Amino acid sequence: METTGTAGNKGKGVRSDCIVTIELAQTGGIEIELNSKVGKLYSDHILGLCKEEMAFFEIENARVRIEDSGALHFVLAARIEAAVKECIDTQKEYLLEMIPDNLYQTAKDRYRRSRLYLPGNTPSFMINAGIHRSDGIILDLEDAVAPAKKHEARLLVRNALRQVNFYGAERMVRINQVPMGLEDLHYVIPHNVNVILVPKCESADEIIKVEQEIAKISREKGIESPVYIMPIIESALGVIKAFEIAISSPNVVALAIGLEDYTADLGAQRTREGHETFFARSQIVNAARAAGIQPIDSVFSDVSDMEALKENVLESKSLGFDGMGCIHPRQIEVIHKYYAPDDLEITRAKNIMNAFHEAADKGLGVVSLGSKMIDPPVVKRAQRTIDLAIKAGKCSVDWRDKHGN
Amino acid sequence: MGTEFVRNAAGRIVPTEINGKEIIPFKGIGKHIPDGRKYGPPIHSSVHYPPDGNKVVPSLKEAMIQCGLRDGMTISSHHHLRNGDLISNEIFRIASELGIKDLVWFPSASFPCHEPIIEYLKDGTIDHIEGSMNGPLGRFTSQGKMKGTGVLRSHGGRYQAVQDGEVQIDIAIIAAPTSDPFGNANGLYGPSACGGLGYALADYQYAHRIIIVTDNLVRFPCLPMQIVGNYVDCVVAVDKIGIPEKIVSGTTRITTSPDRLFLAELTAGFCDEAGLIHDGFSFQTGAGGTSLAIGTYFHKILKERGIKARFASGGSTQYIVKMLEDGCLDYILDAQTFDLDSVRSMRENPNHTDLSIFNCYDYHGKGNFTTMMDVVILGATEVDVNFNGNVVTHSDGYLLHGIGGWQNALFGRNVIIPIPLFRDRIPVIRDEVTTLCGPGELIDVIVTERGIAINPLRTDLIEKVKDSDLPIKTIRELKEEAEKICGKPSPPEFEEKTIAAIKWVDGTVIDIVRQIREQVSSK
Repeated sequence: METTGTAGNKGKGVRSDCIVTIELAQTGGIEIELNSKVGKLYSDHILGLCKEEMAFFEIENARVRIEDSGALHFVLAARIEAAVKECIDTQKEYLLEMIPDNLYQTAKDRYRRSRLYLPGNTPSFMINAGIHRSDGIILDLEDAVAPAKKHEARLLVRNALRQVNFYGAERMVRINQVPMGLEDLHYVIPHNVNVILVPKCESADEIIKVEQEIAKISREKGIESPVYIMPIIESALGVIKAFEIAISSPNVVALAIGLEDYTADLGAQRTREGHETFFARSQIVNAARAAGIQPIDSVFSDVSDMEALKENVLESKSLGFDGMGCIHPRQIEVIHKYYAPDDLEITRAKNIMNAFHEAADKGLGVVSLGSKMIDPPVVKRAQRTIDLAIKAGKCSVDWRDKHGN
Repeated sequence: MGTEFVRNAAGRIVPTEINGKEIIPFKGIGKHIPDGRKYGPPIHSSVHYPPDGNKVVPSLKEAMIQCGLRDGMTISSHHHLRNGDLISNEIFRIASELGIKDLVWFPSASFPCHEPIIEYLKDGTIDHIEGSMNGPLGRFTSQGKMKGTGVLRSHGGRYQAVQDGEVQIDIAIIAAPTSDPFGNANGLYGPSACGGLGYALADYQYAHRIIIVTDNLVRFPCLPMQIVGNYVDCVVAVDKIGIPEKIVSGTTRITTSPDRLFLAELTAGFCDEAGLIHDGFSFQTGAGGTSLAIGTYFHKILKERGIKARFASGGSTQYIVKMLEDGCLDYILDAQTFDLDSVRSMRENPNHTDLSIFNCYDYHGKGNFTTMMDVVILGATEVDVNFNGNVVTHSDGYLLHGIGGWQNALFGRNVIIPIPLFRDRIPVIRDEVTTLCGPGELIDVIVTERGIAINPLRTDLIEKVKDSDLPIKTIRELKEEAEKICGKPSPPEFEEKTIAAIKWVDGTVIDIVRQIREQVSSK
């Protein structure tokens, strides 16, 4: 091990973060040099936290330098711990309180229209992410984190899972590609993560490994809540194996596609028309539907072009996708609006639901609309359409009481 | 030091004297009613001015000497050139060169471009500033380095102070983008065009001597006469009065921050749910990114409903101009013109007119326009659980901003402050504001990204939104939420010395700012 360790970020444009450097010493106790943007208001907190962590990791002599650009408690704690762990070898974890707001579970078939990507080593994006009300947030340990920063990002993501309130969004983490990603699981599974995203997935075997690792950690830590899995298909081989991957585990709840890597793998250029990705997208939808899980589309990367995003969403919906990733909070509203059922779909769903309720009232076992018989899955889908319409503000909650149509 | 301190009606401890002059402690809103007559400048005679109307003097220095510049005078300047102003620094460079001491600088506002003024505060040319102390000047003042005590006033308070004779301007130096040799001037034309010159009104009506400095001298008559030459002593032509790209303020770009857009949308949503956006309503939004975005949401709502706002006041920007040109707004009453589109609109569109501070903000007039404003959107550095607001100091105690029109605009019918619940790590809602600039009884709604708090005095608003989906919370709930996220900050520490007084709109002192205690950063 080194005798010095550094973690965190500084520089122009860095906010809500800090950089911590620890230099182990033989004597002199803990000396802390703090330079903080909020020092007048928080230096006591920061110094107190630092001393407490040093004592926790049994470091008696060290020189610590903290340059702080307004980092919250969970960020400071993660940065100090990461710097410590560059200096000493320890299994101990400095865990902050799990805030009660974060103890919710999600359901296998919950809505996953939008999921907002948050770079795993950038705290400023995490803090307010929940206010934008995406269906899910993803703390990303993979592509958004530089290789040298992987370890400190794991600690930051772990602390965020315990301390940042995402206001009901499904709590997801994108781990690194298997096998490296298996190690990531140890930092997130014990902290009530709802969904693990497995990137660049090419085989059922990878999912089984992830599932086994999750099961092992859950056993060790006594965790009973389910952790769902969302494989991301990003290669030609992955597309070919899509169905196999989709049915690899009962915990797989959705199948997503990542088109940037996929088109690179094909050797094709991405075009506006998207002919080059048509096959893959359709394959994902087919595989997911055949497995009874949700097909989820790739992100749309031009964050300034809302009109193009809208077109992209409408096309995605017409192909059969249920949702997509977002790389900017402004995309969420457009995504929710255009994945929502259109007026015709809503009217049809209402008719089906009315027929269903009428049949139930009359005690009839068979639901029919006009001359057509309606199967239970159709009713279920109609209910889901209505739920989505309500969520999108296109239908009132008490639509039946109010109008009966 | 024999200064006595008393507790004013807002519960703040203030000295009875500032810069050797007795002050009146704040008595409560609408409680201080002055008597007596307005201040009058000396009588002048045409005998002393050239019959050919040519008041042009070769240089600013000669003009200042001709106007009798000497130690201890009060010199005013104006901020319509904003961060592109080249004249204010030049005034004090000349004064310093002439060995003049102990001047009072009385700007309508200061900007970061005025950092060089620090040099003249240090060398004794300037004793103190009465106006705003922004950025570097504020830091310098907070550190107790200014000789006299700063006095901060709102835009309306500045007019009131001049009109009431509290501040007697010896020489007003007005940078004018276009002027004729007689001194008729406006801000609409020329390379440094800035729109209106409304901030200079008090100065040319009440100052003893008036100098116009222009970089666009035109033949008589200069029309329109936003400034009337009959008040003017001399006219100076220079190469450049301002840097055009800095006159057009950077604040007129709409925010791209998703968090701020969210806040803007929530604020507009609140106004809509509360029934404040109706045909014929009036509003004022500032030029900050969030404020601009709120304006665009108003625009969208008006357009969708096919209704119109009657007037928008305060600063004008391209976004407000677009509303006017789009038929969603009848009039712009413009006290500060923030960008080139607005300058153009004011020049071309009779429904976009310049407005003086007297019209919109003076508390010692026979009414003012602000009380007719339906929706006023303001900012704040802090608010507290009693809805009091602070705009001048940060939570760490540093004086960094001026009051602007903020105090005056509090008299609007519905005063709404959209602010993030915390900035960096610093909660915005405190137990008590660091510096009191506006009493809570005038602040109606605080909108944050995590919830909206309505002043309990506004039972009507509470009633209107009670069944909505809006995240209505109490202000204490919001404060606790912020402290849960950020931790509770320690209070800033101050020295004894008073470095600035905060005036209320009626000239009384509502609070003071003390010198910061600078701590050593290492331990």
